[in-house]
Amino acid sequence: MTPVLEARNLVRDYHIPGSLLKRARIVHAVKGVSFAVDQGKTLAIVGESGCGKSTLARIVTMIDPATSGEMLIDGEKVDIARDGLTSEMRRKVQIVFQNPYGTLNPRKKIGDILSEPLIINTRMKADERRDMAMAMLKKVGLEEKHYGRYPHMFSGGQRQRVAIARALMLNPRLLVLDEPVSALDLSVQAQVLNLLADLQDEFQLTYVFISHDLSVVRYIADDVMVMYYGEAVEYGSREEVFSDPKHSYTKTLFAATPRADVDSIKARLARKAA
Amino acid sequence: MSLLEVENLVVEFQTASGPFRAVNGVSLKVNEGEVLAIVGESGSGKSVSMLAAMGLLPWTAKVTADKLQFNGIDLLGMSSSERRRIVGKDIAMIFQEPIASLNPCFTVGFQIEEVLRLHLGLDKAARRARAIELFELVGIPNPAERLSHFPHQMSGGQCQRVMIAIALSCNPKLLIADEPTTALDVTIQKQILDLLMRLQAEHGMGMIIITHNMGVVAETADRVIVQYKGRKIEEADVLSLFESPKSAYTRALLSALPDNATGDRLPTIAEFLSDDQIFAGAVR
Repeated sequence: MTPVLEARNLVRDYHIPGSLLKRARIVHAVKGVSFAVDQGKTLAIVGESGCGKSTLARIVTMIDPATSGEMLIDGEKVDIARDGLTSEMRRKVQIVFQNPYGTLNPRKKIGDILSEPLIINTRMKADERRDMAMAMLKKVGLEEKHYGRYPHMFSGGQRQRVAIARALMLNPRLLVLDEPVSALDLSVQAQVLNLLADLQDEFQLTYVFISHDLSVVRYIADDVMVMYYGEAVEYGSREEVFSDPKHSYTKTLFAATPRADVDSIKARLARKAA
Repeated sequence: MSLLEVENLVVEFQTASGPFRAVNGVSLKVNEGEVLAIVGESGSGKSVSMLAAMGLLPWTAKVTADKLQFNGIDLLGMSSSERRRIVGKDIAMIFQEPIASLNPCFTVGFQIEEVLRLHLGLDKAARRARAIELFELVGIPNPAERLSHFPHQMSGGQCQRVMIAIALSCNPKLLIADEPTTALDVTIQKQILDLLMRLQAEHGMGMIIITHNMGVVAETADRVIVQYKGRKIEEADVLSLFESPKSAYTRALLSALPDNATGDRLPTIAEFLSDDQIFAGAVR
């Protein structure tokens, strides 16, 4: 089976222009990253701010082109720097961003927000668009009455549901989730993670899940890639990475994650008493 | 005597649709050298109750309490100029967004020396020496050089260290940390938490950590208060809270942690608890 997404040696450089006092320099944001994701699977990309994970998300979503390297979607080579972006390609990959308060246009009703991708990328009629938006609202756990409401009338978790619904309107093959739950409360986070799991089953979706929260990654991922300064320092199945981390940075990351189990608390209290 | 004693704290905001109760009858105590964690989701009133204790809420907020004492001094009845002598000196606070809580127009050195001048009245040379000492204490490399830097020239973790240095500058008796690591990466979070716990132990400070992260609670607290919609749901020492939570809400919160996921699905709070059920077990 061809993987839905395959990346071979992706590189992305940013040129920082110089000025009178500064020389121009190049930032290597992503330094040769390769991976593949099969249909219905989830690849989690973990790393700290500045490690290049969001740059990678922009490349995969075809917002930015890669400086070099190959990206294949459904076995087809994609190069937006040369060929531009067709609406057919756009329909295959969609993205959900971190902050649901920033990604929904406050002046548009939910229905219009959901219909917009259809207006841009398809030739659907208005009533078809409306029906589809209504159906999608129900799929993500909202109601038809929410169609005519504005984003400010929703809570953070509901907004993230709207953002997910919008991403699914074009029936994509691949969904890039850029820290989709890190702005949400614990209980809402659980609801959204459940929703993502349900949708993945229903539509056989492929996820690229970007996160810095290892407990979420452990829950949702099939494969895990750990990035550090633009390089993939660890890449493997969830079990491999979590049970036997190879790279020292991965180990640091695991050690730094706060543990909420009784044994660790007992150990800490014992240390403190000593 | 407890360091901070709060009894039946109520905070109301006047809104267009009538008064809104952000905090509804919360009582708490913190002793010297003790770390209290207040956990809750957004809207649980955990930040507002601490801001009320420090008198940092806007005039639209109506704060009432049966008792609001710091070190035996009544905080509620005092004038704002009296309160300013305590707040920032004996009670210090660290906020969530380190970059937003520093003034971008002044160097970090100016901002830390301002506190030393206002509260301790040190002269210029003494202020500078103390500022360098504090920066060393919180682990900022090249402290003397860093004093002349502006907040935007430093990373988020470094800015949070500056905030901690400012908070510690007058050797406070009580340190309130409002989501001190939420905006930071996990590895930096670990460093900052370790730093805070080390300083707390060395100085024997009382400390309140406000957070929504159960992992942070597990790593830092002696005692925990769980809040929901402005009410206190549970209070327990950290081990018994995680080992045998009494209230249904705490149990639900703990089971929603992805770490504790047993099956394919995470249990969510709304699925099996109504507000009435949550408040049924509420404590005062």
